[in-house]
Amino acid sequence: MSDAEAHAYDADMRRANRKKAVEGRSVIFKIKRCDGPGKPSRWESFKVPVEQGANVISSLKLIAAKPITTDGTKTTPVVWDSGCLEEVCGACTMVINGRVRQSCSCLIDEYAPLEGDVITLEPMSKFPVIRDLWVDRDRLFHALTRVKAWVPIDGTYNMGAGPKESPDHQQMRYALSECMSCGCCLEACPQYTKEDEPEKWDTSFVGAHAISQARLFNEHGTGKRLKGDRYDALSGPGGVSDCGNAQNCVKVCPKGIPLTESIGAVGRGTTVHAIKRFFEGKK
Amino acid sequence: MADEKRVIVVGGGLAGLAASVRVAEAGVPVDLFSMVPVKRSHSVCAQGGINACNEVARQQGYSEYQHFDETLIGGDFLNDQHPVLEMANWAPKIIDLLDRMGVPFNRSSEGFRDLRLFGGSLFKRTHFAGATTGQQLLYALDEQTRRFAAEGKVNKMEFWEFLWPITEGEGEDKRCVGIVAQDMRTMQIRSFRADAVVMATGGCGLVFGKSTNSIICTGGAASRCYQAGAWYGNPEMIQVHPTAIPGADKCRLMSESARGEGGRVWVPKKKGDTRRPTDIPENERYYILEERYPKYGNLVPRDIATREIFDVCVNEGMGINGTNQVYLDLTHRDPEYLTQKLGGIMDIYEKFVGDDPRYTPMRIFPAVHYSMGGLWTTYTPGDYQPDSPLGEHKPGNPIPIDAQPGHGLTIGAHNNAMTNISGLYAFGEVNFAYHGATRLGANALLSCIFDGLCNGVSVVNYVREGVDTPASEIPQTVYDQAEKSEQEKHDKIMGSVNTGKGDQSLNPYQIANELGEEMNAASTVVKTGPRLEKCLAKLDELWDRYNRMELGDGAMWTNQSLSFARSVGDMIILGEAIAKAGLLREESRGSHYRTDFPERDDEKFWKASVAKFNSETNRSDIEFMPVKAGLVKLRPRNYGKVDSGTNKEKIPPKPVAEAKA
Repeated sequence: MSDAEAHAYDADMRRANRKKAVEGRSVIFKIKRCDGPGKPSRWESFKVPVEQGANVISSLKLIAAKPITTDGTKTTPVVWDSGCLEEVCGACTMVINGRVRQSCSCLIDEYAPLEGDVITLEPMSKFPVIRDLWVDRDRLFHALTRVKAWVPIDGTYNMGAGPKESPDHQQMRYALSECMSCGCCLEACPQYTKEDEPEKWDTSFVGAHAISQARLFNEHGTGKRLKGDRYDALSGPGGVSDCGNAQNCVKVCPKGIPLTESIGAVGRGTTVHAIKRFFEGKK
Repeated sequence: MADEKRVIVVGGGLAGLAASVRVAEAGVPVDLFSMVPVKRSHSVCAQGGINACNEVARQQGYSEYQHFDETLIGGDFLNDQHPVLEMANWAPKIIDLLDRMGVPFNRSSEGFRDLRLFGGSLFKRTHFAGATTGQQLLYALDEQTRRFAAEGKVNKMEFWEFLWPITEGEGEDKRCVGIVAQDMRTMQIRSFRADAVVMATGGCGLVFGKSTNSIICTGGAASRCYQAGAWYGNPEMIQVHPTAIPGADKCRLMSESARGEGGRVWVPKKKGDTRRPTDIPENERYYILEERYPKYGNLVPRDIATREIFDVCVNEGMGINGTNQVYLDLTHRDPEYLTQKLGGIMDIYEKFVGDDPRYTPMRIFPAVHYSMGGLWTTYTPGDYQPDSPLGEHKPGNPIPIDAQPGHGLTIGAHNNAMTNISGLYAFGEVNFAYHGATRLGANALLSCIFDGLCNGVSVVNYVREGVDTPASEIPQTVYDQAEKSEQEKHDKIMGSVNTGKGDQSLNPYQIANELGEEMNAASTVVKTGPRLEKCLAKLDELWDRYNRMELGDGAMWTNQSLSFARSVGDMIILGEAIAKAGLLREESRGSHYRTDFPERDDEKFWKASVAKFNSETNRSDIEFMPVKAGLVKLRPRNYGKVDSGTNKEKIPPKPVAEAKA
């Protein structure tokens, strides 16, 4: 099945589930909890009534207002990260029923249509847990600094317009620019492993999102001035050649960003860059 | 000589990032505090675009001055006029800068920036990047901030919550010299020194429970400044957007462009009709806006559309199946056309509701969207000072003043966008100055970035020239005292854990729910004196319960319940100012509509309501202060009045250019 067919199949399944959703039901949330770094994890279950249009966030709010587990034990409200609740800020990413995604757009009717259905929530496994479902994604943002993901403008004073651009080229950049740094591509990547020590972040795999951002800025009229620096950063250990071509990243990206295309483009770019450097005698 | 002076910016949305970049660029180090990684700030949610005069519109008779004039009539003349003039004049240059930063603005076939039509103007003056303009602008500024952070000029303090502004001196001499903040992970509370503090903390949608805002938009930071003595201007001016998707957790915005592309708003004529919308024949549908406003139909401006939808559901009980929802119907349009023109918002609806709006009418209801009010700020006017204020500006007429910087504001004056406390600034949505009683679409992104870029210069000048004793030389006791006071408040809330018997009415989440319901019912679309009085009594009761609140989480690590509980108190305090200013403003103006005072009353109320916190009573004292005007004359905002049966309301104000069309 192609990616597109798989997506369509997914959407069909979810639509079918929505149709059989039972009104007035309760579902069980099984949540992996952890009190803080270095503390052991445990599972807690909560029975939650399903409101109309309920999603994982609204359910977590109900749990927060009445944190009592299915066996009647009083516990603390679950901690989780969230922001816009419109799938555009990237904050509320977690692993739901084994698959990484944003929790705000996860409708209960699609995932648990029947009375007593179970939804499991786990924190992303590639980042250190702060508490419960909240993880520390500093490394993800650090990677953007590593590839100099910005346009080196002269300053913020008025100097006229930027470079002209064809609509096709704008559409291509726009698609890459929708990346909300959520980390789905990293959670799904077999090459991206958990790394708690910040000193090692510059030599461990940078991840699909950052490679794609490097491509975005290489494609900008002024941004490409730093192309060489970006290729240098992506040529060494943890660079683009660490990609194992599993192609999981593109399957889980909520914004449909062509990540594997970006990896291909940047891979070719680094090769050409290396050859050029060789003939220039710069190692 | 080493420049030891520093600036703190609180909030990493468009205003905070623009300010950080501008101040750091001038060589003053910035500490940037945010509750979230700045790339996740609420600015990401803006959809439509950003307004600016442009060459195409200019050749058709448009001008920066016309943009200024439109913004004032849109705001029903409650805006401070000088900063609006300066903002409109800067707008085209701001677009150029964003373009240079790499924002993927949509392009014409020749490669120029594309433009779209937006409410409030005859001219295409709105620049956009797909259906996620706010996200794209935020990312561009986030990238520039990251660059400055890599160079050590901006120090990002993410996951730190602002608790209190630290001030020194009293009365006229009172000035802000730092902040107290808390690490949301370790729960450490500590003070930070700064020679100036910029608040760029956005709006307060969560005071109303469910809104179109992100979950961080409690208004908590603004409320804390207000409690520390900063004035709060026009708190009652809250924009309610007519079309949002009601949800279990929030209301998601459904852009006005849906109606622009032919969307029709209707309910079944028969109350409680349970048939599917597509099964209800044409003659059994009540097209609310088209029948009540034959002239403007579904394209009446935001405030009137909101009031009518509200009226049909709440007063007449004709909402779909008795709920507070109406249909926004696009199913008569070609699905492919809809995908092309409205793809982004079609997808949001399908994703969150589950129905495809190309085939099933959307179910929508108005939702709280934007706070025109905010921290009160002042400024030094620029060199444009007409002998007497001018009347309406018509397209193509000679413009009274060119668009060079410095006509509206004196650029770099220390007090531009400064609150009544020296050294404490308010930028972006939390600044009350720009939008008066209603904000025009696509002006919000502009005011945020304008504040950061233009008034960022004022911050730099103030710390360099206006500060006698640098914060680094202020006695440590000032900071220790502030830190201690916040620690005590924190400990008091933590002390409430498990003290009670699990009384649900003392649960902070329960108190917040009741606050949201009450504020929504009393102080949004339609207000009356008696209802607002009842609301104030309810807020008293909630305040009492808040002070006996029982926290559900005693953890000393990453305690989100504590952070939320603390903001509930701040929201009640802000809610009181919103309701009381609404009660005292006995007129209707822009978004503020009182059925017991349905007319605009310029004699009494062409004034800003200014809330000052009374720490004895924990309530607001409201004063009415003259609007800072002098550039443009007041004029009525009621064109093309149509009497249609039961509706006694005047036709709302159409922006000048459009009404003349």
